[in-house]
Amino acid sequence: MNGASAISASDFVPRIAHRRRFGRVFEWTCTVLSFVGIAFLAVLILRVLWEGLTWVTPKFLMNFPSVLSPEDAGIKSALWGTLWLMAITTLVAVPVGVAGAVYLEEYAPHNRLSRFIHFNITNLAGVPSIVYGILGLAVFVRWWRLDRSVLSGGLILTLLVLPVIIIASREALLAVPKSMREAAYALGATRWQTVRTHVLPVALPGIMTGIILAVSRAIGEAAPLITIGALTYVAFVPSSPLDPFTALPIQIYDWSDRPQAEFHHLAAAGIIVLLGILLPLNAVAVVVRAWQQSKKAW
Amino acid sequence: MMGLAARLKERAIHALLFLCAIISIATTLGIVWVLIEESVKFFAKVSPIEFFTGTKWAPLSSEAPSFGVLPLVCGTFLIAGGALIVAIPIGLAAAIYISEYAPPSVRRVLKPTLEVLAGIPTVVYGYFALTFVTPYILRPLYGQTEIFNAASAAIVVGVMIIPTISSLCDDAFRAVPRSLREGAYAMAATRLEVSTRVVVPAAMSGVVAAILLALARAIGETMAVALAAGMTPKLTVNPFVSVQTMTGYIVQVSLGDTPADTIGYQTIFAVAFALFLITMTINVIAQRVLKRFREVYE
Amino acid sequence: MVNVAEDQPTAPVEAPRMPLLRMPIPRPPSKLPMPSSECVIRAEDLSIYYGSFPAVREVTLEISSHRVTAIIGPSGCGKSTLLRSMNRMNDFVASAAARGKLLYRGRDIYAPGFDAVDLRRRIGMVFQKPNPFPKSIYKNVAWGAAINGYQGNLEELVERALQQAALWDEVKDKLDKSAYELSGGQQQRLCIARAIALQPDVLLMDEPCSALDPIATARIEDLIDKLKTQYTVVLVTHNMQQAARVSDRTAFMYMGELVEVNDTTVMFTRPGNKRTQDYITGRFG
Repeated sequence: MNGASAISASDFVPRIAHRRRFGRVFEWTCTVLSFVGIAFLAVLILRVLWEGLTWVTPKFLMNFPSVLSPEDAGIKSALWGTLWLMAITTLVAVPVGVAGAVYLEEYAPHNRLSRFIHFNITNLAGVPSIVYGILGLAVFVRWWRLDRSVLSGGLILTLLVLPVIIIASREALLAVPKSMREAAYALGATRWQTVRTHVLPVALPGIMTGIILAVSRAIGEAAPLITIGALTYVAFVPSSPLDPFTALPIQIYDWSDRPQAEFHHLAAAGIIVLLGILLPLNAVAVVVRAWQQSKKAW
Repeated sequence: MMGLAARLKERAIHALLFLCAIISIATTLGIVWVLIEESVKFFAKVSPIEFFTGTKWAPLSSEAPSFGVLPLVCGTFLIAGGALIVAIPIGLAAAIYISEYAPPSVRRVLKPTLEVLAGIPTVVYGYFALTFVTPYILRPLYGQTEIFNAASAAIVVGVMIIPTISSLCDDAFRAVPRSLREGAYAMAATRLEVSTRVVVPAAMSGVVAAILLALARAIGETMAVALAAGMTPKLTVNPFVSVQTMTGYIVQVSLGDTPADTIGYQTIFAVAFALFLITMTINVIAQRVLKRFREVYE
Repeated sequence: MVNVAEDQPTAPVEAPRMPLLRMPIPRPPSKLPMPSSECVIRAEDLSIYYGSFPAVREVTLEISSHRVTAIIGPSGCGKSTLLRSMNRMNDFVASAAARGKLLYRGRDIYAPGFDAVDLRRRIGMVFQKPNPFPKSIYKNVAWGAAINGYQGNLEELVERALQQAALWDEVKDKLDKSAYELSGGQQQRLCIARAIALQPDVLLMDEPCSALDPIATARIEDLIDKLKTQYTVVLVTHNMQQAARVSDRTAFMYMGELVEVNDTTVMFTRPGNKRTQDYITGRFG
């Protein structure tokens, strides 16, 4: 190539200062927008506390809801309903979900059926919760004759959060290094022994995080429960799984929908109680995940 | 050597785990079966053409019931579209900020905090929309805003799906290899140019998948829109009036006393079926796009 | 019939002997006229730390214009770090810090307030693994020039850059095809083309052939020889034969220190330092 070039470096007008300025504006805009969501969250929490904190009294926790005298209303029925739902969902969804994940990760051959199951689960995770309510209406309420009981509600919520548990558990199982399993097999362990004694303990923090997130999701749902006919005005606590029920989100919905200001205070108080259950749960999940990350140095 | 009892136990465990895994398939089949069965009954009485192209929705009216679902679909997409208008700029900006600009200490705090937005139950967002967003944000802007309106629903659903977009986009940006960024910086590009003209385009399919998943979530959202947007189906693009979404309609009927096996009751299933088809289509497309993105970068 | 095997004792079969003292052969002096040369980059007691670890220790080195300077040394000796410090690519490593001076045409690029972005326009870089953008071939070459406000005809610039990178004939009919459809060697030449599209002063090349096959490597070495008429090239390589073939001056680094720097012909025939000689003859890698 000849030495002379028809193009010289002075043909460029890089306008660096201008581009830098523009970059700073962009960075500033991105930062502000990022914190808009956080600001929204802060305003929401402050507003809820402002409206409802003074209404969260022991009386509130122990009374039944009352339409006629909101000052005496309480969330006893809703709170107990939620606790019952939590219990049923956890008892059913956790074993089934973890077992399903164990099967898919440890046992399933890599064939079309397994891929189809995986595809299916990711799709189920995206189905609106109200559709699960419709399913539960037909299967649990009508077909299994469970009627509008807390057991129906719990089973519906189980189906709802099963994909969440399976996906999270699979990720946790996937993170266990292959060498652990191979070491156990080499010593003559059966597949189940390997899973039970080597793989599951290591994957446990990740699985627990998934379970906590799933249960948090289940507690916050109202739509599927309303669809099966959970009542919005319930003046008793379920004493058996077959009793009718209400739940915190439903009660909050009912109170929010009424025009009188007192009910909005009640709704805010109910939200505080609901968040009071959810926040510690999520804090545990965050701590577990952080602890697991710190242990990851192996 | 494994004895017969031990081998049978292994087989039994294998079978049990397998059963748990295919519960997910049973769930999907159940959903499809229930929706189709009842929808068939519905479409025996109401022509699909009237359903899918009619513009008036009044199925429970005793004098002149009409079954055009378009107002519900319109309400659903009006709110979902508005939610995306809120969530995409904020979510993308947050993802760009977190992955390209923020120091690790800020990233460690900002990302989980945004996740909290996704963990708050939707009834809480509905309450906030009704009691704060409408009176204190929308009314001052436009005095004619009705108490129930689509805009407040769109705003809160938008905030709810910000983490979906920001988290997935952040993952997509981080999947873009460092060598690509280095090549761009070596061409005397500023950080703005590298992030917007190299990283974001390279991660575009991941961004698209994130937006689609967020859209599906917004469409399936129930309680927040039921509270915020109201219960009056309208074919409109005016965000300041009340509308009804597909999900909101199902909640409305479930809360009422419509007896089973009436045409009014069967409308729930037809609407749920339409909802299911829409969200499933969007989710499947999103998963396909995501899969293709992962193949390129992993 | 006399049995040949009995009459003539065959020599015992020996394992091929590794030539211990074979030096890489420097190529004969270039036939192209050598332009006059001045000092373009000068490192003065430059040290680069990653945290508290000194990857480069008090290196003083001059890079002359229109010459190819090769930096050789075993893995981890700091040659890549030194190279990257010349266009401040180390800025992107959070723990990296520089001490000492690095002068580009008399100005210390590590002085506070120095514009690193503009520096990179004049000091371009080609990386070890080809890293073209996921865009068309045309856009890859034109991108940097467009961003930096090129005032002339962009198509002419792209064509000229691709010609100088010896890639034009192979891609002229498919400029709008994705760069990823090219082979590894072609992609690397594309990366060279996009770097020289900016008309840089200096071209830094960080082991540009280590991911390529021998034929692609040979083409790029030819290219480097031609590029030095217009640009200054600093080449980091772990391949000593390559350094001997391609460069005018060679610097040998070991454990962050500059052990020896000399004309290539001198370096590979009469190295001054014992460590240099050991490395060149393959005593350690």
